[in-house]
This record gives sequence, C-alpha cells and structure tokens, in this order.
Amino acid sequence: MARLNMVQAIDQALQQEMERDETVIVLGEDVGKDGGVFRVTEGLVERFGEDRVIDTPLAESAILGFSIGAAIAGYRPVAEMQFSGFSYPAFDQMISHAGRMRKRSQGTWTVPLVMRTPYGGGIRALEHHSESMEAIWAHIPGIKTVIPSDPYDAKGLLTAAIRDPDPVVFYEPKRVYRAIKMEVPEEPYDIPLGKAKIVREGTDATLIAWGAQVRTCKAAAEQMSEEKRGEVEVVDVRTLNPFDRDTVIGSVRKTGRAVIVSEEPPTASFTSEIMAQIMEHAILKLEAPARRVTGFDTPTPLAKLEDWFLPDVDLIVRETLKTLEF
Amino acid sequence: MPVTTLAQFSIERVEVMDHEGNVDESLMPDLSEEQIRHLYETMVLTRQFDERMLKLQRQGRLGTFARVMGQEAAHIGTTYALEKGKDWLVPAFRETGAFILWGTPLESMLAVNAGDERGQKIDEGVRVLPVSVPIATHLLHATGIAWAMKQKGEASIALTVFGDGATSEGDFSEAMNFGGVFKLPMIFLCQNNQWAISVPYHKQTAAATVAQKAIAYGMPGVQVDGNDIFAVYRVAKEAADRARGGGGPTLIEAHTYRLSDHTTSDDARRYRTAEDLDPWLKKDPIPRLARYMQKQGMLDDDGVVQVREQAIQKVADAVKAFEEIEPADPERIFDNVFEERTANLEEQLRWLKFRTGEGR
Repeated sequence: MARLNMVQAIDQALQQEMERDETVIVLGEDVGKDGGVFRVTEGLVERFGEDRVIDTPLAESAILGFSIGAAIAGYRPVAEMQFSGFSYPAFDQMISHAGRMRKRSQGTWTVPLVMRTPYGGGIRALEHHSESMEAIWAHIPGIKTVIPSDPYDAKGLLTAAIRDPDPVVFYEPKRVYRAIKMEVPEEPYDIPLGKAKIVREGTDATLIAWGAQVRTCKAAAEQMSEEKRGEVEVVDVRTLNPFDRDTVIGSVRKTGRAVIVSEEPPTASFTSEIMAQIMEHAILKLEAPARRVTGFDTPTPLAKLEDWFLPDVDLIVRETLKTLEF
Repeated sequence: MPVTTLAQFSIERVEVMDHEGNVDESLMPDLSEEQIRHLYETMVLTRQFDERMLKLQRQGRLGTFARVMGQEAAHIGTTYALEKGKDWLVPAFRETGAFILWGTPLESMLAVNAGDERGQKIDEGVRVLPVSVPIATHLLHATGIAWAMKQKGEASIALTVFGDGATSEGDFSEAMNFGGVFKLPMIFLCQNNQWAISVPYHKQTAAATVAQKAIAYGMPGVQVDGNDIFAVYRVAKEAADRARGGGGPTLIEAHTYRLSDHTTSDDARRYRTAEDLDPWLKKDPIPRLARYMQKQGMLDDDGVVQVREQAIQKVADAVKAFEEIEPADPERIFDNVFEERTANLEEQLRWLKFRTGEGR
C-alpha cells in the first residue's frame, strides 16, 4: 500500500471522484496549471482538461456563487478557497444560499458542492493564513463542516463530501499537509460524515480535538502513558456539524473527564458547543470540570509569536493533569 | 511615442413605440397578434395581481412584499424572449410578471407572501430559481447555471434580473466578470427603476447609464426604454439569440420607474416628490401597449374592459384557492434542510413535538 501525505491523499480523492463521476468539477484560483498553491490539485487539469478543472478569476464570492449555480444545474463542484482567511467573501453565498436553496425551493434545487480550504497555524505563514474559524461554518444550518486529521481520513472524508447531496465545508489542516505519511489504500473509499473516531483508547480522561490538534493530543496522551500519569482517550471529532454526540460525549461519560483542544479563539468557538453538549449530556458522569485548551480571543499572531497561541503537548498534558488531580 | 486611442465605445438606447402607441415599423420585432395579446394579458394580470396583493397586505392577510407596478414591460418582455422549460430564470424579487408568464400559480405566490413555505415549491419542468432577496448575490448562480448549459452542450440560456441598486454590489461586478471571461450564454437584465428604496440613481453611480458598465467586462450593453414592451422584447431576443449562438452574455438596462413604494413597508413620499413621479405615470407601459393594439384594431374599448375583468376573475379565483390552503404542519421546519435529517435535527424535532403537544 502506498504511503501518502495529506496533499497526495486529497489529490487522489479528487482524481478518483472526477474519474468516477463526470459531473465532478474543480474550480478556484490557481487550481489548474499551477496545481494549487499547495499542489493539492496537481495533475488534475492535465488529466481532466480545462473544462473540468477551472482556473477562475480572483473572486471568492463568485467561485462559490458560480458553484451553487453549477450544482443546481447538475454538477458537483469542488471549489477551492486558497486560504480559509480569504474565504469570507464566500461566506454570504454559503449562509444566504448554499445552506438554504433546498429549503427555499422545497427540494427542487439542491447544492451538492464542497468548499475545500486550508486552515490553521503552525507553518509560519503570513497574516490571514493561519486562523481557525471553523465554528462560523459549523454554525450555518444546511451545511456540513468536516475536518480530517490525517491522510487516510482526508481521502475518505473528501470522497464522502463530494458524494454528499448537500453542501460541505472541508477544512484542511495545512500543518498536516506534508507533516506525515501513512498507508492510504489505492482504491476509492468513503468515510461516513458525522462519525467521530476514537483514535486512542483510554480510561482516565478524554481529549477531544480535530484537524492538526488530534496529533498533538495523541502525543500528549502517549507522553502521559509513558510517564504513567494516566491512560487518556483521544477522540477525533472529524465532522463538527452534524456532530457525533454518541461517540464524543459517550467517551466523556465513560472516562468522566474531558479536555477540549482546538486552535480557535475560545469565545463562541466549537469548543463552546462541545462544552454545552457535555453540560447537557454528561454532567452527572463528570469527576472534574471539563476544560479547554484553545488559542486566545486575539487575531492569530504572526509567525514569531504563533507558538504561544497554538496548543502544544506540554500545555495539553498540564491541563489534563489538572482534571485528573481535581 | 504618440498618444493613441486604444478603443472607443458607444452605448445605444432602443425605443420602438412612443407613448401614443405609434411604432417604428423598421424596428418592430417579429410578434404575431396572438403573441402581442398574450403579452398584454400577462401585463394586465400582473397589474391586477399586484393591486390585489396590496389590498390583502393592508388587510393583514399577506406579509411585506415588493410591488412591480410600472415594471411589467421590462421583465415580462425580456422573459418572453426565453423558452420556458429550456431556459433558466434567476430572479431577484421584483419580477412577478415573469413568474406569471411562466405559469407559476398565483395562489403559490400568495402563499409565499403570506409566509407559507409550501408556495416556494417549483413546478416540475420549469427552470426558475426562487425569489432571492440579498441584493445581487443571485447573479452568480446564473453564471454557474449558464456555464453548466454550455458545458452540457444544451442550447439553453440563463436570464438574471436585478435593480439599479444591485450594480453597486461587488457580486454584480464578479458575476459580470465571470460572464465575460467564460463567455457564458446569459442575459443580465437590470430593471433600472431609478430608486433603490430611497436612494436615487444618481447617488448610486456616477455612470451616465447602467448599460455602459458592460464595456468593462467585455460584453455588449444596451439601454432600452423599459416601458416599451416591443423595444424590450427586441433587445432581449437579440441578446438571447446571441447567447444561444455562442456569442456570450449581454447587459440590458431596462430604463423604467418604480411607480409604487419599494415594498408595502415603505412610504416613498418620504424621499420622492410628485414632480419626480408624475411624468412616469404617463409612461405606464400597459395603456401604451393598449393604445398600439387599438390603433392596430387588435383591441377595442370593450376589449380593454374584458381583459381587465378576466384578470380580476383569475386573481379572485387564486385568492379563494389560497384561502383554502390548510395550515402547514410545523414539522416541515425540519424538511429540506438536508436530504436526510441529521441526528441533531431529529432531536430538535422532538423538542418541537413537545411544544405542539404531540410529545407530551
């Protein structure tokens, strides 16, 4: 089995879905000849031509709005926003139209599109290139929000997102893009949306994360295990909306302790939603208050200071120990 | 190193029929008497429907809606150049006559305006998008649809309609640019009714015409007397033929006037004078067409009354059908959010059932 990084796994999913279904198209800024600024769409235009791999003018609202129209007329557009920090002009199209066209037309017109975009910190990028604003998408009715944490999941979840009959925001943790390689089956497969995954079993506490922070949490759990300070379960949320309460909150009910880890500014973040879910569905099983490890309610710092903003292993271990020692 | 002229542009305005109903035969589009009569009846029905809706709104039986009085020729004439079932209509919210032309049941439109989502169901085989309220955002959908038609090799086109205020939005620029770059089979129809709620045209743009904005996007732009159904149809047919033949998009500025308030919640007297409004009352597109038809012997005084009474009856029938619609089941709130209800929606449906009493 080939060992692929996340960029290669996503590229493979796109290639295979375009091969399988001729209504799948890819569009965005520099996705054609250039293969995308991260090379995620490398080789697509050579294989599928400029009619299906479209270098668009530089206009994010138009890329999404055009995709909505193409979706209504029978296509399955995969629209790339070059960086999540540049996707906000498309926000209007997502919240005002993509998420409600099915409702507004009483089921006549549907919008099976995917909006892919790299997000998150840790690669020393420019302003607007490192933020984690997934909660704004997860908040929109009629839209699914999916975030893979490794190459295997990236391929399977993107395949499912493309096949999904409704709009999906697909956030790609760019810190993971080339950080790891793992075995990814050559044949197409999909991973159902709305299903979280227990990536490390444990009994003493639950770490809840998604995207790049899943790796950090696994490392923290391993370190605690080696230091014999507890066996910590790690849950990869994978789909923020629809949220898999059974798996995520089920783990908290089992261990009685929870630490939620994300790169978001904490106020009204998705960590807040998980806190609410714990309050509603696990509070009587808790042995300690649930805790959060997040960024700050500040703009994501520029490269020199971003490590102070992002969760890391030491901080996660420290916060987890606080819940264990409560 | 001389200064050279790289390009020169001009913008045309098209008029076919004067206010008295006299036409320039050399410009008269190819329309049969039957077609002209159909256009007239549709315009009259649209006017009667608009007026009855206002009464229903004032009685509290409908919510806020946008009236179309005075703009019937602009959007009906353009839509008439399209082929129902084959071409696409991507409207804003002041195109009631286009919906009527394409056979949307009046009772459905009444239902929507009363806040009943079931009225939004699109009739099978009709390629029309629902009313879109956020200004200019829907123009982009028309670009994607037009691209899809081109890609599939269907000789179908997309018509998208908006007002003069929409031309200030970024999405107008982005959609025009996509239309030009991809040479899409579509028509951008600006119903320039001179008023974006209270803001007049000259405060919306420093451009002398909307039509000239087409130049920047590499497509033809034309202004037409929007109260002249023949001129409107003529330019729309030309644009539709060009689009269908691979010639790309056209921007049509239908120069018209909003005779009514912006919506039923608005009072135009706060910002608009009688001096501004009055000349346009005389340019009403419906009596203008009637005068033409009378001169041509297609219509007499009795005929005018008859067409109006038929329209009033159709509207009355629709109001009756609308009033007989049973209340919607609250559970519908959770339908058509996703193809399949998600777990959280199922749970929230149980909360709803607790409120409706079913869950106790």
